[in-house]
Amino acid sequence: MMALAETGFDLVLCAMIATTALLAIGVRDQFGAVVLFVVYSVFLGLGWLRLGALDIALAEVALGAGLTGLLLFGAHARLPASVPVPSGRAVWPAACAAGGSGLALGWAFLTLPEPVGLQEAVAANLGTSGVENPVTAVLLNFRSWDTLIESIVLLAALIGVWSVARDDAWGGQPGLRQHARHGGVLANFGRLLPPIGFMIGVYLFWAGSSKPGGAFQAGTVLAAVALVVFMGGAMRPPLVTARWLRLVCVAGPAVFLAVGLTGAASGVFLGLRPDLAKPLILAIEAVLTFSIAASLALSVIGPPEDPEDHV
Amino acid sequence: MTDPTFYGLCGAVVVGTGIYGFVLHTHILRRLLSFNVIGSGIFLMLGAAGSLGPDTAADPVAQALIITGIVVALSATALGLALLVAYARASGSPRLPEDANDDP
Amino acid sequence: MADVVTYFMTALGLGFYLAGTVAVIRFPDTYSRLHALTKADNVGLGFLIVGIAFQADSWMVVARLALVWGLALMAAGITAQLIARTALQRQSP
Repeated sequence: MMALAETGFDLVLCAMIATTALLAIGVRDQFGAVVLFVVYSVFLGLGWLRLGALDIALAEVALGAGLTGLLLFGAHARLPASVPVPSGRAVWPAACAAGGSGLALGWAFLTLPEPVGLQEAVAANLGTSGVENPVTAVLLNFRSWDTLIESIVLLAALIGVWSVARDDAWGGQPGLRQHARHGGVLANFGRLLPPIGFMIGVYLFWAGSSKPGGAFQAGTVLAAVALVVFMGGAMRPPLVTARWLRLVCVAGPAVFLAVGLTGAASGVFLGLRPDLAKPLILAIEAVLTFSIAASLALSVIGPPEDPEDHV
Repeated sequence: MTDPTFYGLCGAVVVGTGIYGFVLHTHILRRLLSFNVIGSGIFLMLGAAGSLGPDTAADPVAQALIITGIVVALSATALGLALLVAYARASGSPRLPEDANDDP
Repeated sequence: MADVVTYFMTALGLGFYLAGTVAVIRFPDTYSRLHALTKADNVGLGFLIVGIAFQADSWMVVARLALVWGLALMAAGITAQLIARTALQRQSP
């Protein structure tokens, strides 16, 4: 009975994920498409929970639904009115490509060989990694090379976003000027939420060594806190030329690289000695959390746009 | 216990849906949205494949790869949208020149 | 006993969600839809949380569930305000 209910729930959830994806793609209204994409990401986060991947569920909901949704809303507001969605005969080639690739992928998934999995290898070496959460162990010890490059990708994306700023706006505050009514609802929200959000962000960072959570989830929550503060008008975003801002963005990858180089001095680049692994991982994560938060928040806000903000 | 096969097949459907949107839409915002749908569908397939097999815990290596992927997808989307906004302001259209001629 | 309370409360909560969803589809303009969405769904979520709280192992879990409800209430109230203000300014129905 219980197993039947669980299977039913999984089927309904999968149907919801697929339906919201289809609606987000197919709906005519562009604003509606963005809303449906956010809904789709939240359902997907529930799917990750069902698969037992709590770390991904947190990342999907915070980054996929939250920040990506915000980015899409921001771009929608800045763009000229939407153009008509192609219909009629134009649909058929796209439908054929979609059906073909979907069927091929489904067939490939069903014929996958019996997986060996790396669960046992990770579990066997977890003792030397310095942390108890296997996902954090993979991210910051076993495959830290990926994570180092990823943190540099974040920086590169921010540089890319900034590089499309107009010359006369460069040097000002990033993003559009916010117009929260003084003393209004949003202004109060922008003062009420940040302390709670900050606490949750720090908790996620601290929990990451033993429970689901970690630098990326915590950094995303802190970035969201910063965005709420800016939108509510409690603080204005710092000038893009501020030196401390750039230092915050670069500090995470720099500390990561420095730890990696000390590892190289004793044999392996990015190798962590088991007895020092925990403090080193925590040090990297602590700095990285703030760098991720700053880079994400600035990437989402966008390049400076208002020449009058140039002071 | 949850059967990962459902989610793997759901991922395949989602990737197909995303490709449909990516081919169909001429508005670049909708294309970037479709690109995100394709990416998350691939993540779902990868995560479901990592949960197959006798060991019921989701594969931590696959999980770490997917988290990395989600962050990189967000960075790419941020860059893409910034380029799109700058392009649309310069050209007056949110579509690529070769698509703008297709109007019925 | 706790199970019976959970079943009852969750069913009640789902009933409110159903009513809210029907109202969002059926109501004619933005303001009444917002009214349905925020009020019915917040009460529904409240009943769901009370129902789940009866399954909790410790008071810490109950406190976290209450925090979730409080944050959801706050977010719903504030978004409703912002959407209503935007709709008023644009004079959209």
